[in-house]
Amino acid sequence: MTQMKQRQVQLEVLRYNPDTDTEAHFQRYEVSCNEEGVVLDALNKVKETVDPTLNYRWSCHMAVCGSCGMMINGEPKLSCHTFLRDYEGVIRVEPLAHFPIERDLVTAPDDFMEKLKRVKPYLIPKKKKPISEGEYKQTPAQLMKFRQYSMCINCMLCYAACPEYGLTPKFIGPAALTLAHRYNIDSRDGGRKERQEVVATAEGVWDCTFVGACSEVCPAHVDPASALQQMKITSSIDWIVEHLIPGGKSARDTVSREDAGDIS
Amino acid sequence: MAKSNKPVVWFPFAAGGTVIAFFIPVIVVLTLMAALGHVPAGLSYERMHAFATCGLGKLVIFGVVALSLWSSAHRLRCTCYDFGLRADTLAATVLYIAALAASLVVALALLKI
Repeated sequence: MTQMKQRQVQLEVLRYNPDTDTEAHFQRYEVSCNEEGVVLDALNKVKETVDPTLNYRWSCHMAVCGSCGMMINGEPKLSCHTFLRDYEGVIRVEPLAHFPIERDLVTAPDDFMEKLKRVKPYLIPKKKKPISEGEYKQTPAQLMKFRQYSMCINCMLCYAACPEYGLTPKFIGPAALTLAHRYNIDSRDGGRKERQEVVATAEGVWDCTFVGACSEVCPAHVDPASALQQMKITSSIDWIVEHLIPGGKSARDTVSREDAGDIS
Repeated sequence: MAKSNKPVVWFPFAAGGTVIAFFIPVIVVLTLMAALGHVPAGLSYERMHAFATCGLGKLVIFGVVALSLWSSAHRLRCTCYDFGLRADTLAATVLYIAALAASLVVALALLKI
């Protein structure tokens, strides 16, 4: 068997140990890697052969699990999906932007997790029915309406790319809002009014200024920016119904009161 | 948490964005052609003047100009925000007033025709 072509890879990795460091600092590594490899392979080589103290998250190595998101030369990427052949010279690897660093390349995703919960990213059936009545059926056309938005792998690259999230940490953000949209447009779902209590606020879709970076970096081609713009349109129509059409507001108020206990 | 009233400014922004996408490139090309002396017969001064004289024509011209101005003002406000200018209320007030004032001037000019 012929040996795969090897290449010397230089990495500049951000290191931070909360027990000993007061500040994060860069550390240089040089390892020999398969030329067809990815940045994650280089990090694994470093950990195996040079520095076992290096910390980072990864699992599937095939852009499915969403664990290995990091800033590579300043861009949010899945390190398992970032090929060494696309880079020359020193490759700078940093933890995902806009998230607090736990250790080295490991960030704390708590803020995203909390926001994800708030948008109720699960099916809230229009009409609850007992299991004996069978499944909630759907046509292929109804599935295709939301399928793209259901491909999110929660890798948080969109949060690292979004300048609004960086500037306004309260912003619910691309992935969570997109998942709200995914359920809103599901034919089996009846939870849109509940989700609107979070989605239609200033911290919801209205903090988005349509920069579009989320869609550019998304490794699953979810296109969060399109989901948010669609939600702005429906939220605007809601606003018109609530404020400009007689009787529209009283209908909305009933729902708001019911949901009030849920949000806070 | 209260729902946002942002749709008040966002809806005309979205409408203006659509208008800009469809009309402005055409207007730019036609203006450049006119500057170079190539005025299509259908867009002669007399025809355009007649268009701006009738009520519907005035409304269309005002709609295109006012919505484009509002959209640009809102876009600029967002751009300021994206660049980290945190004085959003100030930026919004200045830009929206500029758009409204310019729209008013357009309305007055149209009414004089």
